[in-house]
Amino acid sequence: MSQNNNSEYAIEIRDLSFYYSSFRAVKHVSMNIEHQKITAIIGPSGCGKSTVLRSLNRMNDFIPGTRVEGEILFHKQNIYDTRVDPVQIRKTIGMVFQKPNPFPKTIYENVAWGARINGYRGNMDELVEQTLSRAALWDEVKDNLRNSALALSGGQQQRLCIARALAVEPELILMDEPCSALDPIATLKIEDLMRELSTHYTIIIVTHNMQQAARASDMTAFFTMDEDRAGMMVEYGATNQIFTNPRDQRTEDYITGRFG
Amino acid sequence: MPRETLDRQIHYLQEEVLLLGSMVEQAMLAAVDALKRRDQQTSKRIYDDDRLINEKRYAIENAILILIATQQPMARDLRMMAAILEVITELERMGDYAKGIAKVCIRLGESPVNFSMREFSTMADLAVNMLHRALGAFIAANPQQAYEIPKEDDLVDDLYNKVYRNLVSAMIADPETIDQANLLMWVAHNLERMADRVTNICERTVFIATGELMEMDTDDDEDSE
Repeated sequence: MSQNNNSEYAIEIRDLSFYYSSFRAVKHVSMNIEHQKITAIIGPSGCGKSTVLRSLNRMNDFIPGTRVEGEILFHKQNIYDTRVDPVQIRKTIGMVFQKPNPFPKTIYENVAWGARINGYRGNMDELVEQTLSRAALWDEVKDNLRNSALALSGGQQQRLCIARALAVEPELILMDEPCSALDPIATLKIEDLMRELSTHYTIIIVTHNMQQAARASDMTAFFTMDEDRAGMMVEYGATNQIFTNPRDQRTEDYITGRFG
Repeated sequence: MPRETLDRQIHYLQEEVLLLGSMVEQAMLAAVDALKRRDQQTSKRIYDDDRLINEKRYAIENAILILIATQQPMARDLRMMAAILEVITELERMGDYAKGIAKVCIRLGESPVNFSMREFSTMADLAVNMLHRALGAFIAANPQQAYEIPKEDDLVDDLYNKVYRNLVSAMIADPETIDQANLLMWVAHNLERMADRVTNICERTVFIATGELMEMDTDDDEDSE
């Protein structure tokens, strides 16, 4: 967990540009992500926010023809350095996706699986209980751990996916639109959970829902698409400031709904 | 501009604030005029009509709450709505000052008053003029204008001090006038406070434009009221 990370920031993005073949999808993004804070990235479709999020744990490596310029420093090391093992990075920097995607296995196995392949040798029952509790799901599933994860509601499935990410003891959790498939109550539960988790973990969330960014995050970055269609960061600051008194007119136009 | 509903409602609210402002301006000018003319009937009407000012203030407040709940305003929109809530409170209090002056006229009744009320008219004209321009600057969110208006408060303060000294002298010269002079002191006080409250509106104008909450300096030592 992050107490092992002596760097000033949880992760540092330095002049990041990202290419899909010859198309530059993101240009010159620099931001320092603070430890144990919730950082939201907002912006219109195509602004590169998900691309940036996915590049933080090298998820984009799976897409052929992509290329990264700039550096992403994690524990003072560029995660794109050839000596870095992307599998190890994805273990330490977990990800929760838009649609809950539990494995078609039992609730118990969904949590235990990642820990087991990581060579976890402790008491698995304890780990499962502890992790499900941390994901605010234990009380709802403790009597049905052997039931299929697919029988859970959408909100429960998403919390299970968060538990699955937690089971491998990450430092950072990336969330890509984690509530877009959930109803408002399930959404608020996830937001409460994020707040709870932020006492131990650093969270970065991409969301289309500005109200969610305003409610749930400490820091907010606003991205937009430049004239050459490359995504870029316009403004990055404390959430309270961004939503009450943004510095940049483009941020103001977006968050007041007068964009475009 | 995809927020036509919100923009339309903000525009409507701004019109309502101006309307409330003009109700207050008229009440204040009419209250001082009725006092000078010792017009009991008009004063009674102004006293009663303060209720309309209060009702208008609550209607605007309610509309703002609905707008915040239904439209989720952000940034400048949000600052404007918060500022309107503050400004209508100031206007409502100014309405109370007009009501207070009407009450003085009623309390004085028919008894003769040996005191010139000329300064009251000047103070009312100055304060109402400041208010009128302050609301214009507020709606336009023009901080430059808002910075200038509070400086004029000194003129109102000077007149207040003059009236105060005259009334104290009158009380010393003839203790029989103490009751009357006390009532007239109240009138001067209300007019002076009205001008002070214009400064608060100007502060909110700067807040809308810049997001900065700040106190504008006036040479007033009654800010704690």
